[in-house]
Formats: sequence, structure tokens, C-alpha cells
Amino acid sequence: MTKRLLKSLTWDSPRCFSLLGRRIWLAWMLGIAAWSLLDPAAAAKEPVLGFNRDIRPILSDKCFACHGFDAKQRQSELRLDVAEGAFGAAGSGAVAVKPGDVDGSEIWRRINSDDPGTQMPPPDSHKRLTAQEKETIRQWIQQGARYQRHWAFEPPLRPVVPVGSAGSVIDALVRDRLGEEGLEPSPAADRATLLRRVTFDLTGLPPTLEELDDYLDDPSPDAFERQVERLLASSRYGERMAVFWLDASRYGDTNGYLHDLLRSGWPWRDWVICAFNDDLPFDQFVLRQLAGDLIPAASPEDVLPTAFCRNHLITTEGGTLAAEYLNEYAADRVQTVATAFLGLSFNCCRCHDHKFDPLTQEDFYSLQAYFNSITEKHSENDQSVAYPPWIEIASRLLPEGEKAKVMVMQEAPAPTPTFVLKRGQYDQVDKDRPVTRRPPLVLGPSLVGLQEGDGPENRLALARWLVSPRNPLLARVTVNRFWQRIFGIGLVRTVDDFGVQGEYPSHPELLDYLACVFRDGNAGGEGNAWSTKNLHRRIVISATYRQSSNARAELAARDPENRLLGRFPRQRLTAEEIRDQALVVAGLLSTRLGGPPVHPYQPDGLWEERANEGSNTKVFHRGEGESLVRRSLYTFWKRTCPPPLMNVFDAPDRTSCAVRRMQTNTPLQALATLNAEQFLECAKLLAARTLRETSANRERLDRLFRRATGRYPDAADLQALEQGLGELVARYRAAPDDAQLLLSQGIVPVPADLEKAELAAWMLVANAILNLDESLVRN
Amino acid sequence: MQPLIEYWFNLNRRQLLRSAAAGGLAFLGGTALQQLLAADQPGAASGGRPGLPGLPHFAPKARRVIYLYMEGAPSQLDTWDYKPNLAEKFDVDLPPSVRGTQRLTGMTSGQARLPIAPTMFNFTRHPNAENGLWVSDLLKRTGAMAHELCLVRSMTTEQINHGPGITFMQTGHQIPGRPAVGAWLSYGLGSESHDLPSFVVMISQGRGQMQALFSHLWGAGFLPGEHQGVQFRAASDPVLFLNDPPGMRRDDRRKVLDLIGELNRRQADRNGDSEVLARIAQYEMAYRLQASVPELTDFGSETEDTLDLYGPDVRKPGTFAYNCLLARRMAERGVRFIQLYHRGWDHHGSVPRDLPLQCEDVDQAQAALLADLRRRGLLDETLVVWGSEFGRTVYCQGNLTRMQYGRDHHPRCFSVWLAGGGIQRGISFGQTDEFSYNVAENPVNAHDLHATMLHCLGIDHQRFTHKSQGLDFRLSGVEPARVLQEILA
Repeated sequence: MTKRLLKSLTWDSPRCFSLLGRRIWLAWMLGIAAWSLLDPAAAAKEPVLGFNRDIRPILSDKCFACHGFDAKQRQSELRLDVAEGAFGAAGSGAVAVKPGDVDGSEIWRRINSDDPGTQMPPPDSHKRLTAQEKETIRQWIQQGARYQRHWAFEPPLRPVVPVGSAGSVIDALVRDRLGEEGLEPSPAADRATLLRRVTFDLTGLPPTLEELDDYLDDPSPDAFERQVERLLASSRYGERMAVFWLDASRYGDTNGYLHDLLRSGWPWRDWVICAFNDDLPFDQFVLRQLAGDLIPAASPEDVLPTAFCRNHLITTEGGTLAAEYLNEYAADRVQTVATAFLGLSFNCCRCHDHKFDPLTQEDFYSLQAYFNSITEKHSENDQSVAYPPWIEIASRLLPEGEKAKVMVMQEAPAPTPTFVLKRGQYDQVDKDRPVTRRPPLVLGPSLVGLQEGDGPENRLALARWLVSPRNPLLARVTVNRFWQRIFGIGLVRTVDDFGVQGEYPSHPELLDYLACVFRDGNAGGEGNAWSTKNLHRRIVISATYRQSSNARAELAARDPENRLLGRFPRQRLTAEEIRDQALVVAGLLSTRLGGPPVHPYQPDGLWEERANEGSNTKVFHRGEGESLVRRSLYTFWKRTCPPPLMNVFDAPDRTSCAVRRMQTNTPLQALATLNAEQFLECAKLLAARTLRETSANRERLDRLFRRATGRYPDAADLQALEQGLGELVARYRAAPDDAQLLLSQGIVPVPADLEKAELAAWMLVANAILNLDESLVRN
Repeated sequence: MQPLIEYWFNLNRRQLLRSAAAGGLAFLGGTALQQLLAADQPGAASGGRPGLPGLPHFAPKARRVIYLYMEGAPSQLDTWDYKPNLAEKFDVDLPPSVRGTQRLTGMTSGQARLPIAPTMFNFTRHPNAENGLWVSDLLKRTGAMAHELCLVRSMTTEQINHGPGITFMQTGHQIPGRPAVGAWLSYGLGSESHDLPSFVVMISQGRGQMQALFSHLWGAGFLPGEHQGVQFRAASDPVLFLNDPPGMRRDDRRKVLDLIGELNRRQADRNGDSEVLARIAQYEMAYRLQASVPELTDFGSETEDTLDLYGPDVRKPGTFAYNCLLARRMAERGVRFIQLYHRGWDHHGSVPRDLPLQCEDVDQAQAALLADLRRRGLLDETLVVWGSEFGRTVYCQGNLTRMQYGRDHHPRCFSVWLAGGGIQRGISFGQTDEFSYNVAENPVNAHDLHATMLHCLGIDHQRFTHKSQGLDFRLSGVEPARVLQEILA
């Protein structure tokens, strides 16, 4: 109990009572027993509720639509999102919330009323409070109805680490939370599982047999740390990290919309790969993509990253209007910046004030004003691969290679006068509501006149503010997204919503700890501020990360979603990982970095049956040779018809900013990995290399199985596999024509000296092993 | 059930029960296990995946939807919106008062005049429950089904370009990324089929100018990806990657799946994760899909009479007629939402040349679909919707003669029709003005149409929400939408 109470203090109290709260915080930091400030009698009976953790989610979901921030929708002059509103007299004269006086609080009467006239929420809202929620409200009023500012809009603070904890801070905080529930962490995973896990997490690929053996045979105490360093230094790391940034950046190789014309923005994609490989500090990563063109004396290399702001869809449909679409593109930039860097859902503010978050329509257009003043023109009926402003530049990965035109940002000579648009309609300019460039007010003042803001209020100023400590969100949102990619669920599950409707963090102190060390670097002054590699290192060497993923009965019962991380979560591989793994185990994967997108196998006719006649991406031409076996992030991304093997495994369609991928499990996925030509060819080549490498079937099966799953098959696995293999060999020896047909998949030749029937049988065994749950999942 | 599958399911259940008894899987929960066991329940052959708890909200009239989408925007003036008085206004300028502040597309905004182009096609009055329905002779067979139709002449939209227009009609929002109607229904109501997807998309190519179709039109948006539409194609693989490779027989596939299944079950025993069982179930579903699609697409069991009803195109895979018959067969097999797209209705240049060809593609088959569903007793439980993204202008785009005219995009009014489950038979709803330019009575927008469709399937559109980025999203949007009570049966 005391511990829980302390936790709520460390997290919540500073926001609770402004100045007084700061003192409590300081007192706590100095190790003084702060709980004496609270009523011990109340604490003994029931847990002290925190407004942010316990109350705001209820009020936000059930009440704020009519009694929240949005003044236009507000009913009875009552707002419940701030204390002044709840404690004052509403339009009816009644007081919604009287601290400590449950029966005197109108809100309590209303939520318990059965009378349709007074009942809250009203019947036509189709919302109801559960008995549990009502009881929570009751306790909160009883305990004094304390309000707090929304946690995510307050700066992150470095938490105090629980006393007596060994190992990393991550482990201390995770175990502390588990301990409160009386749960133990899981033991460490075995080495093979661990190496496969970390190799996927840091490079998106499986370990090779040689890498597995090296690690299994390494007796040194820091064997795992050395593997981590090897992987962080690999250029595969940048490719892996780039995939998720391409999702967030809605990157594609066509324009989308009607004609879905070809574009050539891939040098920007290569820049992203390099940025991660070079461990470009993340604040610079953000700043250059938003405003590289505004850096003094910007070179083309400085300008290239701003393609991030131009990755949105572009229409060339005849009859479309410039005013409408230029507005659409600017709004898309705002939505992308808000989701990717602020974790806020800003889109509803195009049309009206946010119903839940303190974000206004003015905030939206004030942000849009940073992004709507570039030297762009409407591209109606224009078939170019790039529309102004653009630069012609070679990829950093291929400095001698062909140059490509990349759309970038270039500020117009004068800012475009910007107004609120009524209902978000491009042609409904509200001339009475001009806006100036500034960040959302709830997140702080603009930079003009402040130390960072020594230039004009432009994208560069915005970017500097975004990466400054005065923005409470960037570091939190970023570490949360990286965390999600490793653990499947973010510390804040709603990675795209840190607003009041977002989920309260499962481990608030851990989130803030990671945010602070990411932003500020190591405590000992070792540098590493904004180091993505350092953040990954910190996470993957933790014991929390190294736990076994096996289910445990007590965890399944107490924490079915594994939010407390009592074990490592099993997760299906991503679309790219599934295809790339098949290429690796087949010995086919090209290690070439960067360059123009490629066209690997896909079924005939997919583009043709949907494309507009005027499209220059109407006809699909399959690539040859190496282009069939490049990493999946280089596959040509046609937005109106994304690569089917990516699409079927939940890759987003890249039409808008996406920071979360679903993990579905469908029969169409099974068909793809069983029957797609790419996967069949990989199975064939995997079979061929297995047959040539060794001659004993057991050893062959060991190698094949380990390549796909990381582990040795056990005796029963082997028995099943040998039996299946034996039947298939007999079957294809009896029907050599079928073996020949089966081996016709793909265009990469197999050695002629292998017996066809045996190879065909092994091909199907390889196909089966690549379709095992263990092969498709990261344990 | 086929013997092999039956064997597998029994085996699987035994395995589960044995494991559970041994304690290995005693704490397994989750939908995977329920689904596996549900497949063993009586009547499971027709039952697939359950929908959301609490849905439907009330007794549905329709169990499924067949949505015939005419991509490109057919001219309402030459098909459904009969304006005989316009004949005498040939080449007269459209009065500015009628046009009001309506924006024009860039394709006609440069024209010096906006002269009225009356239809050159004859209309016939077909009997219905009211005093008959005037339908263009280009759609004579569909017109003859007027007693089944509810024609809505007063559809309206704010979108004036194809991309956002189609996206709006199919997802309720003009910007890509929201779930399609079919994805919402798959999510809310689940699947009635054990071996076919709940949301299927079929595309046929028309003969006029083709606009693009986008994957997001049948996407799942923020809903789980399993609810996205599955495209059935006119290819040797009707579903992507459906066919086993050449050289692999059905029993080879079975053998490989058995091997995968056995190793996966051992894996589930080791790590106790119900997701492994879910994967086993999906691989078996894939196997059943492989078996069921050839049966589904084999028209050998259809009588000559039925085939003749749909017309000669029905024998050509990929045609609209073929897709209509396939739609009926899917309806019989429990597919929840069957989306047909017929492309090629964007007649800027020549309505007289291109529109008859498009109508020829669809007229007989869509009439046959209605008749076929009716005689099999399926129409009362199947909602059929016919529509597009907007209409076309009464004034001419390009040169105007009595026999040659083009029409530009027109969002203010267009025609759709509904038939079948939950909808009154043989009526029309809504009116346009004398120029078929503005809605004169009972405007209907896409959100109203969606709300009405959901209502027919037993869903209150206001209570059917999904939370994403902190907001409760509805198919019917944030602005008030209404169920068209007047047209409900």
C-alpha cells in the first residue's frame, strides 16, 4: 500500500498542486517521507486515486464531449476538464463536484439517476458509466477531488530508482511494478532464442548458422553485449530502422490518387538509412527533415532530408483545383508532424476545436502556417517524376550512381497569409480569424524572443522548439515508439495519441526515464544525447528484454496482455522480416545498400486491372537477377496497389502517417508463405544448399531447422520431419514429372547434379519449416 | 465436412483435451481456442467467426450486402432521372440561378457557355408499387425489375473528383485511410462462412475511360487487417496465392499442412501460447479456402436457364455478368459483403457513344441477379445497392449536338437504387429540380446511405463505433446522419 502511494506521489503529485507540489517533489527527491502530507486514515482504507491515471480516462470518454475543452459543444456552461469548472456553479446553479462531499456533488446524483431528463451521460449519447467507474468517481470525490494537468503536457522528469535494485534502471522499474502485483519476472531465454530475437530487433534479419554458433560457443561473460555491439555496427541496422520511419513518413514510389504516377524520392530513403547507421542524433534527424532547407548556407545534402515533408500523396487528376489540394498537402504535413513528433491526433482540429484535448482549430492552422508557404504549384495533368521545389541529387549510398529528382522544401519569399478554414473547407476562409505561426498553445509559447528563437518564426524555429526540452512530447513519443517496436505494445499503448484520450502509461516512471536519458544522454556526462543506438543498446541488454517468452499460468491470469512484462512477448515477424528471412536462409539475400526501388515477383495483372489509363505505373515489369532478392524495404511501393506480400502481412498502405502496425493472422497470409513464387523459390534454394552442405539427413534437418527457427529440432520434431521427408521422396521418385514441375518455381537455377525427386521433397520440407509458427514469430 | 478435415479437427480436439488434462494448456484462453472448439460444434459448417458482442443491435432484415458500384459516375440524366421537359431546352444556357455557387471542375470552368444537353435516349415507364418508374431504354431489363427497386434520385455529395468521391462513398471520408463499409460489417457482424472471407471485392473492366481503383477502397483502415476486402480476380489464382504450385497435388498439400500442424502443436505445448493454435486454425482455413473456391467458381452446377438469364458474358471470367453470378453464389455461401466494381463510366467526351456500351455490360446481368435472388428466396435477406460517387452535369462538356454531347462531374445530385432485405419494393425517393441539377426534395448523402444500410443489417449506426487515436469513429461520420425511414420495408 505504502509503495503504491509513493508511486502515485512520484508521478502525480507535482502536477497536483503546482508550487506546493514542486516542494513535495523536491522533498521526495531528497528522500524525505512525503506521505505524511496525505491523510493516512484515507490511505489505509482505499488506494489514493490519481486524476490522470484513474479519473481523466473516465471523464474524457464519457463527459468531455459536452463538458470539456470545446467551448462550442459545451452544455450548461459546465466543463469538467479543469477544477475551476467542476467546482464552480454550472448553468443550472448546481455544483458538479464538491471535494469531499459526495452527496453534495451534482455529478454523483446525475450519473446515478434513472430519470432520462437528468441522467448523465444522457441516453442519446449511448454512453454509460459502469458500476466500477461510478465507484471510482465516488472515491475520488471523497478523497478531495484533486485535479492534475494532463501528464503528457508536463515535462518528463527523471524518476528516482527504487532502492536496492540491481541491474539496469529499466529492470528496476519493471520489477518494482511486477512486485506490486506479487509477480516475478521470467528467467532468461536460451541463447539461440535470444540471438534470433536481438538480431531481428536490431537488423530485421535472422542470425546465420555461423553467427549462432559463434555466440553459443562464446564463454565470455559479455558474450551477449558483444553480439549487440556487432549488430548495432552492422549497416543492416539502418535498413531495419528505416522501415518504420518510411511508415511514419508515408513514403511511396508513386504519387497515389488517380494517376498514381511514378516519383523518384528514393535518395531520401537512403538518407534515412545512413542517418540511422551513422547514429545521427535524433534531434538533428528531426530538425533536418523539417527544416534542412532553412539551415544557413544549406547544401543540397542539407535540403534532401526535407523530402520528408513532401512524401504525401499528390494528385494530378484533371479538373482538380490548386487551392484545394495545396491546402490538403499542407494539412497532411501538419497531421504527420503532429502524429510522428507530438503523438497527437490533430486532424479533427481542421474542422473544429478538439473535443477532448486542449487543442483548438487556431492551433491547427497556426501549425499549418509553417508548412503552406513553399514554392510548390498544383500538378494537374503533369507527368513529371517530381514537382517543384525539387533538387537533383545522388544517393549518399551510391555517390557515383544516377541522380534522381527529389521533391523537397523551399520557403516562398513571403509567408502565405493563413486563416482558419470553416469546417476545414479550403474555400471557406474565415477572414475574421487570421493566424500566425506558433506551436499549439497548450505545449508552450512560440520561440520568438526566446533564446532558441533568434531567427524568423519559420519551420526551423518550429523544429528547434520541437527538439528543445520545452517540448514535453518529442522524447516521450519517440522512445515509446521504439519501445513498441521491440515489445509489441508501447509503454503508452496509444502511440499515436498522448492526448487525454490516450492511454495512461503502464510504467510512467520508465517512460520518463527513457525519455530523459534519450534526450539528455547518460547521467555521467558520457554524451550520447539523442542517440538512437544508445537507446536500443540500453533496452536490449536489460534483463527485461532477455526474458523467456514462454507463457506462465500466473501471468496469463493476472496480466493476460503482458503489459507488466513478466515475460518477453512473442510477436509475429513483420512483412519485411518474413520475406527477408526467407531470402537469408535460402542464401539469396542481396546485401547491396540503397538505390532505386526494385520489382520482385508479384502475380500478373495486379497493377493493370486497377490502374488509370493515363498512369505511367499501369504496367508491372518484373525485375531480373539481383533485383528479385533485395531487402523488402527496396521493393517498389505503388500506393494504389502496394506490394501484395507486404500488404497481406499488415504493412500500412503508406497513404498517411502510420506509427503502428497491426498484427493479424489470416488464411491469406498462410497462402502467401505457402504458395507465393518468391517463397517457393527460397524453399527450393534452401533445400539445395542444405543438400550440398552435408550428407546425413539428420544433420541436414538440423541445419535447415536452425536456419529458420534458431533452435535445434528435438527428437520428436526430427521424427516427424524424417517421416514426412521419406514419404515425399517416395512420392516424387514415383512421379519425376511432378518433381520437375515443382522445381520450375522461380528463375534462380539450382545445381544440376542434385537428384530432382529428392530436391523436390526437401523443397516441400523447407517450405513447411518456413511456415512453422516458430519461423514466423520472434520468441 | 470433408473426411480429412473432420479427421484433423477431431485430432486437434483430442490433442487439446489431452494437453489440457495434462495441465500444459490449462490456462489457455483467448479466441483461438474458442474458435477451434467452435468448429466442432453442431452447425459449425455454416458458422464462421463471431462479430462484436451486442451486435446486431436489433433484428436484422438483411444478412448480407451485394454492392454494385459503377465506377466513374454514370449520367443520371440518361439513365434514372427522367426529365422530359428538358428536350425543349436543347442548347439553352443553364440559368445561373440554378447553378448558384456550385464550383465547376477545371474541365468545364473554362467553357464560355454551359448549354443544356437533353438526353438523346428514350425512356419507358415500368410498373412498380407507385405509378410506374421511368427508366432509360439503355437499362430496359433493369427497368423491368422496377417492382423490386427503391430508386433514390436525390443522392448528393461534396466531392467533385473521382479519387475523393469514391473514397467518400466507400469509407465515409474523402481522405484515404478509413475502413470500407464492407470492413465495418465484417468487423461488426463477423463471418457466416466457414471457408470464405467475409468481405469480397470483384472488379470488371468497362469500355469507357477507366479511373483508378485503390486498395484503400476495400481497406480495413484502423480496424484489424483481417477485415479488409479480399479481391477475387479473373485469374488462374482467383485469390492471391490460392493455388498450390504445379507438381503439388492436393494430398501433398495435406501432408505438408499435417507436418506444419504437428510441429506447431508441439510448439504450443512448449510455450503455452494460444496464438500458435490460432495460426494452426488459419492454415486450416487456407486449406478449406483452396477447396471451396474452385467449387465456388465452377458454374457447372448452374442450369442453362440460369446462365442464359445472366447473358452470354456470364461464361467469361472477369466480366460484370460473371461477377454477378459469382456474387449470388457467394451470397448462398455466407459471404457478408460482396463488392462489385464495374469500371468505365466517366463520360466526359461522348455520352451517346460510350454510355450504351457500359449499360450493355451491366443491364441484363444486374436484372438477372435480382430475379435470381428473388426466385431462390434470397432477395429478402440480401440488400442490393447500386451506385456511384457522383452524377454528371446537365450542361454539355465540349461540343453539343442532338446526337453528341459530353457531361462533366456533378456532385449535387445523382441516382442510386437499393433492393431486397429491409427496403420497400417498387418505390422511389427524393426529387431533383427540373434540370436534374439540385436536389429538390429529401437530400441523401453517403452517411445517410451508410446509416440505412447498417440499419437493414440490424445495426444502429450511432452506436457502432471504433476507437482510434482517442476518437470514437463511426462509419456514418460526425455530422448527423439519418436512417431513411421512409424507404424501409
